[in-house]
Amino acid sequence: HLATSLPLPSERDHLRPRIDMVVFMIDITSKYSLKNVETSLAHVDANFFLGKVCFLVTGVGRVNACSIETNAVCKLAEAYCSPVLFCELELEGIRAATAQRLLRMLQICAGHIPGVSALSFVSLMRNSNDD
Amino acid sequence: QENLDAQKTAFVLRKAWTLYSVTPLYGFRRGRLRDYARLLSAFIAAEKQKGLAVEVGVELDIKVALSSLADLRGSELDQAGLLVQLSSRSRASSRNSEDKLLWSGWFCSMFGDDLSENVPENFTCLPLFLTHGAESYTALVGSWFQKTFDCCFRRLAISPLNLSWMVAMWAGYKLDRAASAVELVFSMPRLSHPLDISYAIHPEDAKALWDTVQKTPGEITQGEVDIFMDCLYAHFHRHFKIHLSAAKLVKVSTGIASAHCDGIVKILHSQYLPGVLMLLTELAISQIQ
Repeated sequence: HLATSLPLPSERDHLRPRIDMVVFMIDITSKYSLKNVETSLAHVDANFFLGKVCFLVTGVGRVNACSIETNAVCKLAEAYCSPVLFCELELEGIRAATAQRLLRMLQICAGHIPGVSALSFVSLMRNSNDD
Repeated sequence: QENLDAQKTAFVLRKAWTLYSVTPLYGFRRGRLRDYARLLSAFIAAEKQKGLAVEVGVELDIKVALSSLADLRGSELDQAGLLVQLSSRSRASSRNSEDKLLWSGWFCSMFGDDLSENVPENFTCLPLFLTHGAESYTALVGSWFQKTFDCCFRRLAISPLNLSWMVAMWAGYKLDRAASAVELVFSMPRLSHPLDISYAIHPEDAKALWDTVQKTPGEITQGEVDIFMDCLYAHFHRHFKIHLSAAKLVKVSTGIASAHCDGIVKILHSQYLPGVLMLLTELAISQIQ
């Protein structure tokens, strides 16, 4: 399910299946997309931030079209205890690999992988920050 | 900031310079400038013979001059600037005719300590290269330098992030006489026909806005630049219901200087030349590293 911003329209609440994961997409060439994500974050229930939220930064191949500092995105992700993925959607290989990663994360968030829960994402993140 | 000799640096002002980053030059000797000029001249003549003529149908003798720009440096660690000029003396004209300047390019390092601190001996760091004139001459001069000093030139593009830094910084500078408007040009993405939006702001309003944002004089943070830009975006959205933050900032213009994302700058005011060059040197160095 794709949405341009949150909150989702309430009229369709009863038709909506359970939400297992939220991926916030930030286009590195658009300052507006970062602002949009920041505003939408406020509408997400706190429980999601236990490993069910992920930030996806797109357009990273175009260094010269950057309108956002990657530092700013990393700080945002840190503040919300959620991982950040960087990718370039224009490149098929990276697009496919990123889709597979997200799918894998979704499987874990939906509880389809026995023995691994979404909470492990949070602890994985803390380890990489200690480097 | 040091006051550069206005006369010596006058050639920089009011010209559109194309920017390149250059890796350190190996084996460059400041004392051999005349030799280098001769070698470069011979190289250009040889390339012309090969049929890679720069101007078809016009017989031109190309004269090469290399000179040091002692003033164009920031700290003691910086190398002095290096100016390369190509002039022509048409064979058909009389003995008294003056040489016509065809092309100029200059290397410079303004507080480029980050780079020069870490290079081994025998390397000369002049990371910023600015050219004015036909692209064909730039290619000739560039390939001679690459062959002779084992360095590498790359066009220096300027990202929207860096352009917004520039406009915030330059809009905040004080100018003695009436300045031109602060202008930002945006390119709208993903349209079938290209559309540019030009957003012009009265220079005093822009300076007033920056003054309320900047906390410490002489220091600028990314956060302050973000607030400045957000104010401009919000103002525009209020009037036109368009989110400029979703468009690509491609050009900024102030009374101090203007810059285009393709890596083209024009500096209008000698007073702030060191500041502008320092910023450009920083960009060149981060492209190299």
